[in-house]
Amino acid sequence: MSAVLPLPALAPRRSMLLGMKGWLGVTIALAVVAVIVPIANLLVPAGSVFHLSDYAVQLVAKIMCYAMAALAMDLIWGYTGILSLGHGVFFALGGYAMGMYLMRQIGSDGQYRMPMPDFMVFLNWKEFPWHWALSNSFVAQMALVVLAPGLLAFVFGFFAFRSRIKGVYFSIITQAMTFAMMLLFFRNETGFGGNNGFTDFKRILGIPIATPSMRMTLFVITGCTLIGFYLMARAIVGSKFGRVLQAIRDAESRVMFTGYDPLRYKLAIWTLSAVMCGIAGALYVPQVGIINPSEMTPAASIEIAIWAAVGGRATLIGPIIGAFVVNGAKSVFTQHMPEYWLYVLGAMFIAVTLFLPGGVVGLARHPRVLALLGKSARKEDGASS
Amino acid sequence: MTPDLMRAGADVRRHAEERAAAPQTGSSGGRVASYSRIVTPGQLDIAHGAILYLDDITVSFDGFKALNALSMSISAGELRCIIGPNGAGKTTMMDVITGKTRPDAGRCFFGSTIDLLRMRENEIASAGIGRKFQKPTVFEHLSVFENLELALKADRGVRASLFFRLSGAQLDKIGEMLVLIHLKDHAQRTAGMLSHGQKQWLEIGMLLMQNPRLLLLDEPVAGMTDEETERTAELFLSLEGSHSLVVVEHDMKFIHALTHGNPAKKVTVLHEGSVLAEGSLADVQADEKVVEVYLGR
Repeated sequence: MSAVLPLPALAPRRSMLLGMKGWLGVTIALAVVAVIVPIANLLVPAGSVFHLSDYAVQLVAKIMCYAMAALAMDLIWGYTGILSLGHGVFFALGGYAMGMYLMRQIGSDGQYRMPMPDFMVFLNWKEFPWHWALSNSFVAQMALVVLAPGLLAFVFGFFAFRSRIKGVYFSIITQAMTFAMMLLFFRNETGFGGNNGFTDFKRILGIPIATPSMRMTLFVITGCTLIGFYLMARAIVGSKFGRVLQAIRDAESRVMFTGYDPLRYKLAIWTLSAVMCGIAGALYVPQVGIINPSEMTPAASIEIAIWAAVGGRATLIGPIIGAFVVNGAKSVFTQHMPEYWLYVLGAMFIAVTLFLPGGVVGLARHPRVLALLGKSARKEDGASS
Repeated sequence: MTPDLMRAGADVRRHAEERAAAPQTGSSGGRVASYSRIVTPGQLDIAHGAILYLDDITVSFDGFKALNALSMSISAGELRCIIGPNGAGKTTMMDVITGKTRPDAGRCFFGSTIDLLRMRENEIASAGIGRKFQKPTVFEHLSVFENLELALKADRGVRASLFFRLSGAQLDKIGEMLVLIHLKDHAQRTAGMLSHGQKQWLEIGMLLMQNPRLLLLDEPVAGMTDEETERTAELFLSLEGSHSLVVVEHDMKFIHALTHGNPAKKVTVLHEGSVLAEGSLADVQADEKVVEVYLGR
């Protein structure tokens, strides 16, 4: 029977990670972050129209870190259907791990001219707490950037998923987790600098941190990491693993009765998502120059979900766009009318929920918009694409 | 089939050799008690003829007994129809078999060695029990092809699926299934766009992709046209023998088509959580208790 069927035609083509246009986009993005921005910022003189200010570079770098968190959110929310309102914790944990290393790099150049970080001197501590034992080692702290959020997510996820906590209940306990962690980090005796957190960084790997070249190096690393994360996420959602995740989102019981153990799948993507957030946080801290418990406020975690929703869930590129749109708007609004920003954010979220369930990307793929652009709409709406 | 037979043969031989080599002490020749077959953990054993064995299963929700000391056994290769009024416990029975609900009391065995009450849903599915839900449950945002691909018998681990590649043989298998369930022309369609009847067929196809030994089908023809119902009956009859099927259905015409008036084919009537009557369709329909339950008193 099978001999007469044109079977290869039935199988979807999966030979390449991205289409031609996709690879072109990635190449352009790579060229922008690794070539064009550095030239425009460092080589083009300040008076020129093509000059990119340090402020703009720092803003884009910051948003790229947010975009990584939004991308991580898309994997767990958009594809697996698990809304986390605690991703800010993983972001902050990565940031704190990096911050501890940067604090040690200050050495004796702090306000008190002491070998210990200022806040410890202020608290009259004579020696480092146990969790600062490895903070002088860059490699150890970079391992912590991955391990701290990864381990917390693994343990939290294991118990939550094993108890089959789902939907809004899961969202609520993630929110409770971020709140509890925030309170913990606010306390002086936990050794994370209390409400001031870590700031006033001087060096990274012995190199002064505030120089244009260092700033640009961090920018390029951040940009390349974001692009790398995007390609990795593309590979994941294009694999059978990614299709199982979507299957869990659509009908978890069917997944179970098909013989898959949803716990393992959810735990794997949840932990990966947390680690991505941690790395984003670690890149964020040296560029922004501060990390404090405000990154762990419940609102900060909710914002990550808003970026993903505004950009378009389950599209991967959408949350990246969403992070840029929302944070771009935020930097404009907080400059001109700071008191209205939260209203604008709320309105944006409501508008997207009501009118644009597919977010910005969903709008761009809408048949009528495509017709307006003179393209033929796709035959069927493939939400899985 | 052949590699399995060869392995079983090798096992028997090794066992015999071990026995011969064992020191001859005592009247039993050093042998321990044996039941002539070698039990392989996790392997389905249907030598006693039964593929599913429910014994004294009781499930209660807040005092209400959804299943009340239900006992039943399904033979290997049998097609068993189960009927019963609403609330008779048909779906709860399936929940117990597939591990979704834990009974308060009773035993539930798959073959004579696999204790289903000790296993989780996904383990039960992997052991060879496929279940179709009352409401067709497919992965709505995936294509028909991808739905079948996920159901395909393969390693269910995370790493295995991350690096999974379809082989030619697997592709052929999916292709054959698409023909069997009449969805070949819809392979690339999103499953959510299918009609109700087509979703039912897709779900049945997904079950068959797993290569199960026992199929539990909860109202498989609900929402199907007459023609689709007829084709479904044909499909089930073709599976009978090589698979065991348990069909829960309200549609008496469908039950008729499945039993074909064959008195050897049993129909079980459930009522208030236990078996009210069991026998050929004609016997059951003539049963006074059944008539009373169905027509009211």
